[in-house]
Amino acid sequence: MSDNPIISINGLSKHFRAGAGDFTALHDINLTFRMGEFAGLIGPSGSGKTTLLNIIGSLDIPSEGEAIVLGKSVATLSHKESAMLRNIHIGFIFQTYNLLPVYTVFENVEFALLLQKKNATQRKKAVMEALEWVGLTDKERSRPAQLSGGECQRVAIARAMVKRPSLVLADEPSANLDAKNSHHIVQTMKRLNRELKTTFIFATHDEKVMKYLDRIITLIDGRVDKDIVVESPKN
Amino acid sequence: MITLKLAFRNLFGAGLRTWLNVFVLSFAFVIIVFTNGMLDGWNRQAYNDTKNWIAGNGQLWHASYDPYDPFCLQDAHAPVSGKISQMVKSRQITPVLITQASIFPGGGMQNILLKGIDTEQSIIRIPSASLKDSGDGIPAIIGKRMAASAKLKIGDHVLMQWRDKNGTFDAREIFIADIFSANVPSIDNGQVWISLAELQKITGLQNEATFFIAGAQYTGGDVDNWKFRDLKFLMKDIDAVMKAKKSGTSMVYMLLLALALLAIFDTQVLSVFRRQKEIGTYIALGMTRGKVVGIFTAEGTVISILAIIAGLIYGIPLLMLIQNTGIPMPGSVDDYGLAISDKIFPYYSMGLIMSTVLLVIISATIVSYFPARRISKINPTEALKGKIQ
Repeated sequence: MSDNPIISINGLSKHFRAGAGDFTALHDINLTFRMGEFAGLIGPSGSGKTTLLNIIGSLDIPSEGEAIVLGKSVATLSHKESAMLRNIHIGFIFQTYNLLPVYTVFENVEFALLLQKKNATQRKKAVMEALEWVGLTDKERSRPAQLSGGECQRVAIARAMVKRPSLVLADEPSANLDAKNSHHIVQTMKRLNRELKTTFIFATHDEKVMKYLDRIITLIDGRVDKDIVVESPKN
Repeated sequence: MITLKLAFRNLFGAGLRTWLNVFVLSFAFVIIVFTNGMLDGWNRQAYNDTKNWIAGNGQLWHASYDPYDPFCLQDAHAPVSGKISQMVKSRQITPVLITQASIFPGGGMQNILLKGIDTEQSIIRIPSASLKDSGDGIPAIIGKRMAASAKLKIGDHVLMQWRDKNGTFDAREIFIADIFSANVPSIDNGQVWISLAELQKITGLQNEATFFIAGAQYTGGDVDNWKFRDLKFLMKDIDAVMKAKKSGTSMVYMLLLALALLAIFDTQVLSVFRRQKEIGTYIALGMTRGKVVGIFTAEGTVISILAIIAGLIYGIPLLMLIQNTGIPMPGSVDDYGLAISDKIFPYYSMGLIMSTVLLVIISATIVSYFPARRISKINPTEALKGKIQ
């Protein structure tokens, strides 16, 4: 793991309008993530995990404070700049996979590379490599509807990893999976974290995932309750 | 390019929904080409027939001549002399003299326009050679409509009464030497054609004419007191009727196009609501909102492109078949007073096809853009959860 901070969060708060008043989802968050971390945000529902991930992923902006991701303050980025940041440097993995239903597995994984305007040869090579990481080379022509939940999530991992991002944000990636598949996909991500030095940040309350994390940040009611570095996480 | 590629992928993946829209729009495309082709074919045929049968390459009118005013005929004639006489001799133009007359077929009376034309002329298609004196009274030719209304056939004799230049009535028998079949009612209905020399003789209007029909060598312009009326002027009635017909027909196909576009609009509105998660995913994967709007808009454009391809696949053989066989026209359309044949052969110009292609593509793109604009205001974090905004 490198000492270089990939994310710096300073005094970050996030308020949402709720009826006549405001609801504060995050209170004065201060965190730093280093390159190559395999970290998790844990906590009960409504604790602010997804909100924090969304801000780190520049899908949302803080109400107060700042979030600096890969040297860029997400609050000051234009739509185009934040899209470019996500396209090049950030991979997303969602609880419900969010695969594009009309695309094949190959096309789903290829999508980010199309946006990067890579040529067909480069795309093919990178996609096949990513599918090999997740063990789905034989499913490249299948559509998401033809896959199991575990396979869909592995496609989502391949899609997040195919562009070799610096950072992967995974929001409850195992919530829809059985125990075997949960272990399998977290092991896959852990392996990629080791081999490619990609930083992974999870939002999860799945204990099966937590066992693999080397840093666990507990959020309660939008505040950092605990920030623990795990000495010997499961591999 | 990526936007179009992704739009193609999305549409092919969407299956039946895409193909229904494609079919409806392609149907509208083919109908637009067909109806405009019909009118253009009619227009071309009317234009050519009118030119070949009466208008020539323009006409030189007596200053008092007005084809819509039968009372003008009393004065609308003048001697063929000077420069115009030379032009007649060199067959650049051919004279026509008109007077009013009556015929008495089957005991009844019918008012007619009696027209005299040079038997040697070859500028227009009227078979004037049939008017050469055969020694059996005054030979006359009439059109098929006139023959039908007066119940006359070739070889029939009928009494004709007219006034000479002094206003004195005179009468003689004419015999029908020929019946011509022209698509131009204005040379047919209520008209009898005899030899110009004969008409000049029986009316006492020696060497006089009402107008001249110009041949291909005539270059245009007034001659002495004769006013030149070019083809544009002579065709203005046809143009006016065609414009009126086109606007009436365009209402029908615009309605059809509007229905097809409504289907696309409807699909797009539904897509923007139904595909929230997909929109959120596009944004999360690094697509700008503008590009996502572009994909949804391009989907409409791609539907229109597919509709045009589909329309060409079944439209080309169908429209070519109609172009070759023609569409039979009911007899009642003769009442329009326009040159119209028994069959209309549609004419599909490249301009017509290209303008229809552009109309379909641009309108489909516009109706796709309006619902897609909403995407620029979508909150991606809500969209990722599939929440309708």
